[in-house]
Amino acid sequence: MIVPDTVDQIFVLSKHWLLGYVPTALQPIVSAILSVAPVLVVFPLLFAITTVLERKGLGRIQNRYGPNRVGPYGFSQPIADGIKSLTKEDIVPRSADQVVHLLAPLLLVMAAFLAYAVLPIGRNMVLTNLNAGVLFFFAVGSMVELAVFMAGWSSRSKYSLLGAMRAVAQMISYEVPLVLASIVVIMASGSLSTVAIVNLQASYTSIWPHWFIFTPWGFTGFVLFMIAATAESNRSPFDLPEGESEIIAGYYIEYSGFKFALFFLGEYLGMFATSGLAITLFLGGWAAPFSFLTWIPSYIWFFAKLLALICVFIWIRGTLPRLRMDQLMGLAWKFMLPMTLLNIFTAGVWHFMPSGFTRWLVCTSLLIVPCLLLSRGLKQRKKLQIRTYRFAE
Amino acid sequence: MLGAGILKGLAETARNFLGSYVSKDRLTTVQFPEERPPRIEASRNFPFLVYDGTDPQEGLRCVSCFICEKECPPKCIFIEKSTDKKPDATGKPQFYPARFNIDVSVCMSCQICVEVCPFDAIKMDNAFELSATDRFDALLWNKQQLAKSNNYYHEIHPTEAAAVDAELAAARAKTAAAAAASAAAAAAKKLAAPPIPPTPPTNGDDIL
Amino acid sequence: MTLFFLIAAALTIAGTAAAMSLRNPIHCILSLTLGLVGLAVLYLQLGAQFVGFTQVLVYVGAVAILAVFAIMMTRSAGSPQQPAFSRSWLSGSAVAVVVFAVLAWAISSALPSTKIVPPQPAVSVNQIGDALMHKFALPLEIIGLLLTAALIGAVIVAMPERRETP
Repeated sequence: MIVPDTVDQIFVLSKHWLLGYVPTALQPIVSAILSVAPVLVVFPLLFAITTVLERKGLGRIQNRYGPNRVGPYGFSQPIADGIKSLTKEDIVPRSADQVVHLLAPLLLVMAAFLAYAVLPIGRNMVLTNLNAGVLFFFAVGSMVELAVFMAGWSSRSKYSLLGAMRAVAQMISYEVPLVLASIVVIMASGSLSTVAIVNLQASYTSIWPHWFIFTPWGFTGFVLFMIAATAESNRSPFDLPEGESEIIAGYYIEYSGFKFALFFLGEYLGMFATSGLAITLFLGGWAAPFSFLTWIPSYIWFFAKLLALICVFIWIRGTLPRLRMDQLMGLAWKFMLPMTLLNIFTAGVWHFMPSGFTRWLVCTSLLIVPCLLLSRGLKQRKKLQIRTYRFAE
Repeated sequence: MLGAGILKGLAETARNFLGSYVSKDRLTTVQFPEERPPRIEASRNFPFLVYDGTDPQEGLRCVSCFICEKECPPKCIFIEKSTDKKPDATGKPQFYPARFNIDVSVCMSCQICVEVCPFDAIKMDNAFELSATDRFDALLWNKQQLAKSNNYYHEIHPTEAAAVDAELAAARAKTAAAAAASAAAAAAKKLAAPPIPPTPPTNGDDIL
Repeated sequence: MTLFFLIAAALTIAGTAAAMSLRNPIHCILSLTLGLVGLAVLYLQLGAQFVGFTQVLVYVGAVAILAVFAIMMTRSAGSPQQPAFSRSWLSGSAVAVVVFAVLAWAISSALPSTKIVPPQPAVSVNQIGDALMHKFALPLEIIGLLLTAALIGAVIVAMPERRETP
């Protein structure tokens, strides 16, 4: 189909057209700038929309309106928030480490933005097609932990240090299941390049797509990946490091004004980046869910899936209570790590068994039975005694 | 089943989210300046003076008896009696307050003035949107600002106002009946009274 | 010698020099991290994508954080009062000059005579994985054993002690 193809590739075509007007010597630089600028514009815009969606969504879940005064139904709220954070006084504690205090939010935002370089947003629309794309993503993600630690340490405050330690411990613990859950996909597709992974999922048998989520190991991997991604971006129910009601804001307690907004931006950008990677690895990237829907442009599908995942994040935030630190660590090391290792084993079994119903049965039972056994074994059996009161009888 | 609790929780929040667009009891917020929740009848804020009829000067029930001024605990009522009299609801000439000031910044809404008033002239209002830009003069209310009609009283406290009206009507009927009865009795007494007994004849006894 | 190589080299040297001469230990670790990132950029320039990204993932993401944790938990918050240059700087610089001379002699005698080296074929992750699983399987297992020993040691050290009931 010619016309939808043009619409699908419209950004690629317009970039080539613009590059035609640039002298050859400058073309690499201008090409890089033209590729990077849309990412720098679109994702902060998505961040703004997400903040208002989250506040209104959480409000409706909690039987109240969200913000509804600023624009039509409150959707210009991010503009008001942006003006507020830009004009607030930037207070830096006198005993704080000035240089590190300034660099921490910058490093966080920079690391979060770097991760978008390997996400294929549409057909032929990836910033760089690295051979080791997924590895690059995780490498850049590990810089976020350093930025969190810098923020907590440089504020020289008990709360921020405590929050930073908890945050770094949480992020390191959950990075292991995150990487292991994505290894299944790397095994199945035989390549670390995100473009190759999406291209493998973009084919259809009759109308059904070949997404990895429609396999038992892919589904388990997706669930584990999403849990680990929620923990990596410090979102509820894993937001103990920034527990609002407990240690106020944790590692960014001493930040105000624009730097605070940068932390917020960095956290949400990290959330979008890991959701983007989940979409790329498990949900087929820019591929349409059914073969008769491929006329809708690929970038629309990517953003639709991203919005759906964001809504799931918001939904989970509104539902689950916060996990305690020891419960959090127990979940990572005692439940998710064994499950991811089992998942890798199951993916291997899947690969070597002939396709058919037996394969499904064997792999599904290989995953469900240990899951049930593990969770039963890990349930804390506390004997609750009958309470006796001294004075209130 | 593993994860059943989480799934049930997710279902509940989804039901809340979708239900908040459909039914009012899943979204109980009252958007204040545009919508107001109904106030219960017993709510009260500051006092006001009741007048019957349409003219605040003519129909004012207050006869400046000074009882509320004496009983007010923070002494926020200031009354000045008039020098002339005007007829009240039953036609009897009564004094009226030339000045009736309440300092609302002092009033503590204790309702004692209402309880002691024998004429049902001062009652509690429930208006609360009373912001003023001046702390002193704007919060000292005079007779014109305090006088509100009996119809308004019926609007804000219907059962109370109906009870007060019934009492006043009964009292008026009783006085009218008593007046009529005493008039009739006086007339009857005049008719049935024995003639004035004649003075006994004097014998011409000289008074020594 | 392209511009990017010069920038990456300058970054690495500046980072590591700062790591040696700064007072505050946390600042030292952070500049060391900068030097390690510069090293990763150099690896990427040589075409070794896997090694470069693993350098960032392991060194910056794990080792630097470990070092920062260690310093944070063992020192007080105030910056140390010692001067940056120690008193035995003469013997220290003598040792440094000797080591540099040895390394320079070793590197210059190992370089091939021709200046222009033909470009090496890019080593893909597939080949690295292949080599690890076939040719270098035994070293891989031994490294795994070493790491397991370290992990078990850490768990034993951190485990709460059980009181023995008399």
